[in-house]
Amino acid sequence: MTLRVTDLAVARGGVPVLDGVSFAVEQGAALILRGPNGAGKTTLLRCIAGLQPPLSGQIDGAEETIAYAGHADGLKAMLSVRENLTFWAQVFGQRDISDALAAYDLEPLQDRLAGTLSAGQKRRLGLARLMVTGRPIWVLDEPTVSLDAAAVGLFAAAVTAHLGAGGTALIATHIDLGLKAHSFDITPFRAKPSQRSGASDEAFL
Amino acid sequence: MIALLRRDLMLAFRAGGGFGLGLAFFLIVTVLVPFSVGPHPDLLGTIAPGVLWLGALLACLLSLDRLLALDYEDGTLDLLATAPLPLEAALSVKALSHWVTTGLPLVLAAPVLGVMLNLAPSGYLWLVASLGLGTPALSVIGTFGAALTVGIKRGGLLMSLLVLPLYVPTLIFGAEAARRGAMGLDATTPLTLLAGITFGTIALMPFASAAVLRMTLR
Amino acid sequence: MSLWEYANPVKFLGLSARVQPYVWGGAALCLIVGLGWGFFGTPDDYRQGSTVKIIYLHVPAALMAINAWFMMLVASLVWLIRRHHVSALAAKAAAPVGVTMTVIALITGAIWGQPMWGTWWAWDPRLTSFLILFLFYLGYIALWEAVEDPDTAADLTSVLCLVGSVFAVLSRYAVKFWNQGLHQGTSVPLATGGRTVSDVFFYPLLISMVGFGLLFLALVLYRTGTEIRLRRARALLARSERGA
Repeated sequence: MTLRVTDLAVARGGVPVLDGVSFAVEQGAALILRGPNGAGKTTLLRCIAGLQPPLSGQIDGAEETIAYAGHADGLKAMLSVRENLTFWAQVFGQRDISDALAAYDLEPLQDRLAGTLSAGQKRRLGLARLMVTGRPIWVLDEPTVSLDAAAVGLFAAAVTAHLGAGGTALIATHIDLGLKAHSFDITPFRAKPSQRSGASDEAFL
Repeated sequence: MIALLRRDLMLAFRAGGGFGLGLAFFLIVTVLVPFSVGPHPDLLGTIAPGVLWLGALLACLLSLDRLLALDYEDGTLDLLATAPLPLEAALSVKALSHWVTTGLPLVLAAPVLGVMLNLAPSGYLWLVASLGLGTPALSVIGTFGAALTVGIKRGGLLMSLLVLPLYVPTLIFGAEAARRGAMGLDATTPLTLLAGITFGTIALMPFASAAVLRMTLR
Repeated sequence: MSLWEYANPVKFLGLSARVQPYVWGGAALCLIVGLGWGFFGTPDDYRQGSTVKIIYLHVPAALMAINAWFMMLVASLVWLIRRHHVSALAAKAAAPVGVTMTVIALITGAIWGQPMWGTWWAWDPRLTSFLILFLFYLGYIALWEAVEDPDTAADLTSVLCLVGSVFAVLSRYAVKFWNQGLHQGTSVPLATGGRTVSDVFFYPLLISMVGFGLLFLALVLYRTGTEIRLRRARALLARSERGA
């Protein structure tokens, strides 16, 4: 399934931030989103994940195919690592969490309560969650925050394995993951201040 | 869906105070009423059905605050919104887990507290029946209120204001059923009307709650 | 010319400016005539004495309290379906007017009832329903104030208005069930056949009702205009901050 975005405009809090974004990510490929902070990468990814509607444009291949990982990890402190993963696996209709535990070296931590983990361990758990969703397209927003070099390596390996199995990845990040992937800079697509693309307050002028 | 229910129940157990908060409040209200109106058994017996209903309602209201707020803060709501589970179903499950952890214990505790308030013997069955039928509606309506205010800082007070008028029909019919039962009269009319409200809200409110939650998540 | 043209904020402001003087004038005229005639030109009721005159405030206020909510309901639906900002702001503007009408209805209701019922407040079904309506209004206004993003606020309050309307109707019946009440029955039934208030009282009442209706319209036009200008100011501010 190719993820294709055509002429997309997105807004944050009613103000347009990106305009005319177009790209496609083929099966088995990854795309790295680059751009300065505040440019709208998060908004764009949330839009693609289906959490907010775009101002205009089209997204193809995103129905029921996306696993999203944002800044918050979606972990419950009072549940163990295994219970957290099992929960998400069941919600998404999968069964097996052992691959995910292995890929992020979480096996020794299986029965620890998530609240007792370090920031890096929590992030590894959050990323492991993507593996248990069984969904082909991974959309990640700054996945390597709080990860040390070894963990980044695990993450890159997991993404590579996912791509090798026919998956797709769309990742917003500042660092070099060592993945074979195209880069897409969103800076040229930043909405110009004078643009009136249907933002809520702008309609009043 | 079962996964979500199990998870919420597990969390309620482990967080300690999940089950206890509503019950404790119920107890407090029941104990304080005689101090405020005087200990006369006849008076207490007359107002017992209403007071117990009111206590149950307020106890439900107390625990609604954290129903969705925690999931909102740690990103779970965002992830649930992208999951295969329809948001309406997820919210129905949340209401169910709220009822199991708050409403159900209240229903079971009510007869015990009824003894303290000198509830008439004929009233116990009707009290439990009316609370059993009515508290699910309180959970479902409360979930709507929680969804409405989940993105608002310190939204607890606002949520109470929004939810209270919505609770009025349930309270009226529920308390009336309990009261008539306590007086030995036939209480089937208010009980049926109560059941109607409960089933209506269970069927329809999740759609409103989901719509509102999506608006906040945007 | 379609009504939807006035969904455009600028056009709305233009129309509102042209129309408002007439509406304010009409409201003032009707209120002066209606209330003046009612208070000074009609005889005292043989049973209720001169306090019955409060009917000229109470009935129109109560009527407008309900109509205001109904207007908010329609405006909310228009916002949810067609996303017209003017509609959402009109609902927001109408709410404080509605809540004031409700309070007037409650207070005048209490004043009217006191000599007859011997008490300043009675849990009569109609008064109680207005009290519940008052709570709904408060919640609606509070929600508008609590949400930061204006469009999200419009969305949330619209759904609240819808759900609230259903429960308000439910409450009305529940309250009737709960207490069979002291009210005399409708004073001005919707069908104009049969009136329980005699003619000499009826015409000033009618004029007062029209007056209140025009007053509501004038206030809502004025306040919607204010809300629109507020949003415009926000947009200009945001634009200048982005350095356009």
